[in-house]
Amino acid sequence: MSLVAILTLVVSSTLVYSAPLIFTSIGGTFSERSGVVNVGLEGIMGMGAFASVVFNLTFANTFGTLTPWLGLVAGAIVGLVFSLLHAVATVTLRADHIISGTVINLMAPALGVFLIKVIYGKGQTEPISQDFGYANVPVLDKIPFIGPIFFEKTSAPAWLAIIVAVLSWYVIFKTKFGLRLRSVGENPQAADTLGLNVARLRYSGVMISGILGGVGGAVVAQSISLNYSVGTIVGQGFVAMAAMIFGRWNPLGAMGASLFFGLSQSLAVVGAQLPGLKNVPSIWLQIAPYVLTIVVLVFFFGKTRAPKADGVNYIKAA
Amino acid sequence: MVVQKNNFSVALFSVLFGLIVGAIIMLVFGYNPISGYIALISSAFGSMQDIGGVLTQMTPLILTALGFTVASTAGFFNIGLSGQALAGWVGAVWYALSFPDMPAFVMIPSALILGTALGAVAGLIPGWLRAQFGASEVIVTIMMNYILLFLGNNILQNTMAKSIKESAETTKQVGHNASLQLKWLTDLTQGSSVSTGIFIALIMIVVVWFVMKKTTLGFEITAVGLNPDAAKYAGVSAKRTAVVAMAISGGLAGLAGTIEGLGNYLNFFTQNSSPSIGFDGMAVALLGGGSYLGILGAAALFSVLKIGGLGMPMSSGVPFELVDIVIASIIFFVGANYLIRLIQKRIKAMDEKAAAQDAAKKSSKAASKQAKGGE
Repeated sequence: MSLVAILTLVVSSTLVYSAPLIFTSIGGTFSERSGVVNVGLEGIMGMGAFASVVFNLTFANTFGTLTPWLGLVAGAIVGLVFSLLHAVATVTLRADHIISGTVINLMAPALGVFLIKVIYGKGQTEPISQDFGYANVPVLDKIPFIGPIFFEKTSAPAWLAIIVAVLSWYVIFKTKFGLRLRSVGENPQAADTLGLNVARLRYSGVMISGILGGVGGAVVAQSISLNYSVGTIVGQGFVAMAAMIFGRWNPLGAMGASLFFGLSQSLAVVGAQLPGLKNVPSIWLQIAPYVLTIVVLVFFFGKTRAPKADGVNYIKAA
Repeated sequence: MVVQKNNFSVALFSVLFGLIVGAIIMLVFGYNPISGYIALISSAFGSMQDIGGVLTQMTPLILTALGFTVASTAGFFNIGLSGQALAGWVGAVWYALSFPDMPAFVMIPSALILGTALGAVAGLIPGWLRAQFGASEVIVTIMMNYILLFLGNNILQNTMAKSIKESAETTKQVGHNASLQLKWLTDLTQGSSVSTGIFIALIMIVVVWFVMKKTTLGFEITAVGLNPDAAKYAGVSAKRTAVVAMAISGGLAGLAGTIEGLGNYLNFFTQNSSPSIGFDGMAVALLGGGSYLGILGAAALFSVLKIGGLGMPMSSGVPFELVDIVIASIIFFVGANYLIRLIQKRIKAMDEKAAAQDAAKKSSKAASKQAKGGE
């Protein structure tokens, strides 16, 4: 295998596996920046995956190659609606954030499979006919050397995710909305005193995480699993949560961590084709991302700091 | 602290609301909720075999819920019960199959201890990492669930000797010397896989209650969970106590996994995801609200739902997943108990208003009587 071929294989599969993690970890960042811990990302991704597959199977003939992109929108909408459950529980009903997130995670696979059985009469769907596959980025794919590696036959959702990461960084750190969102996550009382609506800002944080988590799930369903079953989303949401923490609640950091996880996940899949990794037992490649997560977490502790009021319910004095 | 003391009425309301949510969902999708729930009840209690199934289901849930509660009392959110259970399951089955000739009175206690110890180690690691380095136990236990899942499958597929395997994906059944099933119990429940495990689980409720409520260790764990700084000031080693609490928590999960291996399935087979007993045990602990009798009741309820749910598709067409939706809804209402307290307050206020009105009526009647009498 030539160097370019190896790099192309690694880069493109890394992007495929990173894309859902980038979307979801940034969603988590919005939620936690507003002060709501979201361990329910896994469940939100599940509902996004469910919605996109149902949409894709239903409308593939109508929309053709546009279907997976509209499937993302379907995933986003259902993710948003589902995340409202978490927002109502934590912000309005003062539930413990981790209990509520656990409810989301218990509920999503049950509801998804229940609905699939109601709609299709069996526990998993047929494979979708219109998936993301591989696309070329116009113009950029003509750059010598870099073009073929990064922009030819690559994952389009991954590049969308990278754009979303940059935009999210701008929104969180450079706009008025972002400043307000961060302030209710750090010190809701002070924010309230200054006339900010804490509940509304926290709702928007959770709802953005619903949209992005739903998109993340839709990307998994339409570019990796290609159908929906109880096994479509198994752990990606938790990995995205870890990526968010590594990224220190910063969208660009979350993106970087997601790319790292994507790389290690893709090595477990394509490692057998690579010269240096051929002889490494696949179990090591399988557990590597999780072991590394723990090592990095222990090693870098002290540098990570969650938003101060993350997970703390704000109860306005009557 | 995650597990809060619920009063009994919050739990009762949560169960009621959860069942109502389930009924609404059945109605919306064109099923008859009454026949759905009747199917559930009759397949949970229809025969001795069904009751055996409920008891089999309860066993690991009681143990993982106890484990969750111990960790939670010390201020840890142990989301890694699944992985810790898996460690016990794989270890105990592997050990039992490796020594098929060991007499039962040596094999069974040593296998139970081994499985418990493996779970304890799997729980101790995240406990120590948090006590020593402050690494979030939520993330570490989630990651360890995956590590243990892949390791467990890998041990089965690549490490275990061919002679103890039925196929690449399943081990052979453990021998009589390691099985926790009892002949009279199996006969009584018409061949269900209920085992000595249920008695072990019931005993562990008492043991854990005793340790947590009546011993210095339990007091220290509670103190550290309530306020680590104050506990330290009072001379309790917060770090050591936290690590011990997580080891106990993991050990109970490991015991649950061991009983799944030696009592319920009698083998180990490739797992596609972390065993659900971990997450279901969490749900049991949350509904039980940190009370030990509550755990028993919640484990019984969820087991009835789960076993009863298996019979729903056959007789009423409702997909099995409905019961998981009901369970999730119950926990939603437990978490959002502010809502229930609010409703209770309203009801109380209405009662008081009605009582006040009654009293007012009575007194006005009395007054008018008096007035009449005065005429």
